[in-house]
Amino acid sequence: MSKEKEPLFSKKNRALLTDPLDDDNPITVQVLGICSALAITVKLEPAVVMTLSVIFVMAAGNVIVSILRNVIPTRIRIIVQLLVVATLVALVDQFLKAYAYDVSKQLAIFIGLIITNCIIMGRFEAFALGNGVWKSFLDGVGNAAGYGWILIVVAFVRELFGSGELWGVPVIPQFVYELGYEDNGLMLLSPMALIVVGIYIWIQRYYNRKLIEND
Amino acid sequence: MDFIRKQVDVLKKPFTKGGKLEKLYPAFNAFETMLFVPDHITSKGSHIRDGVDLKRTMITVIIALVPALFYGMYNTGYQYYIQTNFEFTFFDAVLHGAYKIFPMIAVSYAVGLAIEFAFAVYRNHPVNEGYLVTGLLIPMIMPIDMPLWMLAISVIFAVLIAKEAFGGTGMNILNPALTARAFAFFAYPTFMSGDKVWVSEATNVDGISGETILGTLAANGEVAYSSASMFMGSIPGSIAETSVFFVLIGALLLIITGVGSWRIMLSGVIGASVVGILFNLWGANSLMSFEWYNHLLVGGFAFGIVFMATDPVSAAQTTKGKWIYGFLVGVFCILIRVFNPAYPEGVMLAILLMNVFAPLIDHYVIESNVSMRRKRWQGVKLETT
Repeated sequence: MSKEKEPLFSKKNRALLTDPLDDDNPITVQVLGICSALAITVKLEPAVVMTLSVIFVMAAGNVIVSILRNVIPTRIRIIVQLLVVATLVALVDQFLKAYAYDVSKQLAIFIGLIITNCIIMGRFEAFALGNGVWKSFLDGVGNAAGYGWILIVVAFVRELFGSGELWGVPVIPQFVYELGYEDNGLMLLSPMALIVVGIYIWIQRYYNRKLIEND
Repeated sequence: MDFIRKQVDVLKKPFTKGGKLEKLYPAFNAFETMLFVPDHITSKGSHIRDGVDLKRTMITVIIALVPALFYGMYNTGYQYYIQTNFEFTFFDAVLHGAYKIFPMIAVSYAVGLAIEFAFAVYRNHPVNEGYLVTGLLIPMIMPIDMPLWMLAISVIFAVLIAKEAFGGTGMNILNPALTARAFAFFAYPTFMSGDKVWVSEATNVDGISGETILGTLAANGEVAYSSASMFMGSIPGSIAETSVFFVLIGALLLIITGVGSWRIMLSGVIGASVVGILFNLWGANSLMSFEWYNHLLVGGFAFGIVFMATDPVSAAQTTKGKWIYGFLVGVFCILIRVFNPAYPEGVMLAILLMNVFAPLIDHYVIESNVSMRRKRWQGVKLETT
């Protein structure tokens, strides 16, 4: 009995890609990876670079772990996963230092700390170890994108209201300042990232009724 | 009276069940109960025979706030006129203060109540009276020259994040009025500290300035005010926090009516005094050697401990818990003032911090009571018949 081959972007596979954006978002629903969401969302640029780095690390990592899933002895699987992610992070770090030195300096320790991002190890454990290569790839991209989407939204709000800029370019016109407008200093402090994420969760659950738990 | 009643009844029609504007009933209800005593009564047997409801509690607090508010108006004008060297009478000063303060109160109420109404309609519950007090408190603890739009944003933040996100009146963890002030303090620090914000018009007119006593001390300056003027409140500061005397009048009313907890107020004063005396003995800098009884008179300590720390929602609920809570508010207030001169207003952060810990304090008070009773009954055989 031959199994019918699943098309590359079947409904299930598409769900792997899109679910993490909303219904199963790593930050707002699973509440993982909060620490980096607080640290690097003051400005838009580092947030975008961080997003791209995480997408790369996560997609490649998921693929590698998925390829190796049948040869990794269960008892040392965490160490192997750590090795995979550490190698990839080192790659990203060196790449950024070579081609985007300024951003790399801004992100500083947080690129290295991608290793400790709970989302990555979580997806390795929960998904890549039990699924095929293509699916793992989609899952990696999807989760990293869901994570990055939140980073970008938060960074957008914080940079716009905190420093009146977007991507380092002043966007609030001068005459508004002359009328008495002031940038909001609280937006530059980390607690505000939590509050913005909280407001996002509030709005998300208002529109997405599936997410509301029954008491 | 009958005439008004009839008019209200006519107005009421579209809001009742089946009417066109049924959804807006909570909003209408809020207006109706402003004018008339609510007609809904307990349907089952009730045991408490007193008409105290949320509305009366809130009105009591507002009456208690009026002396401090009125003095704040006078002091606003007073601080302004003695610096500009104008000849002025008592009425000039009050008028100037009223001219500056009433727009702030209006903005605070308009913005806050708009949000409350929107949520009440959306959640389909009656509009709560909680905001009546918060809305008056917020302008009273701000610097006089704060731009109105900043005030509005602080109000929005406080009502949305500190109150509605947690479920509205009675559910909040943090005191909403203090949250508004903390928001403004961290978001717009240049408008909330320094020597240009405490005296009316100081930002616009050169030559007017006035640092709060705590600010002066943090900068190692000389305090030019006597204890008597600190007590009466003729010093620069947030609008209504300066006068300990008029705050005490409000405190008296709160204690007599039982609306505010005297335990929290007393233990707060004890806590602040103890730490103040200890720092006096240490005396390493001008903030530490500032006499402990003066620490009780300056800044927002008196106002905070009387009107904010006693907020029945965010304070500790148990009797023992109230003693601990109040004591720690006093302790942290002085600690923050002395150890972190960047945050001269210790009482705000102290109360917010203890708001967060209040449920924990209550939990342990109850737990210890449970285990004490368990011990007492251990080994005692209950007679069974």
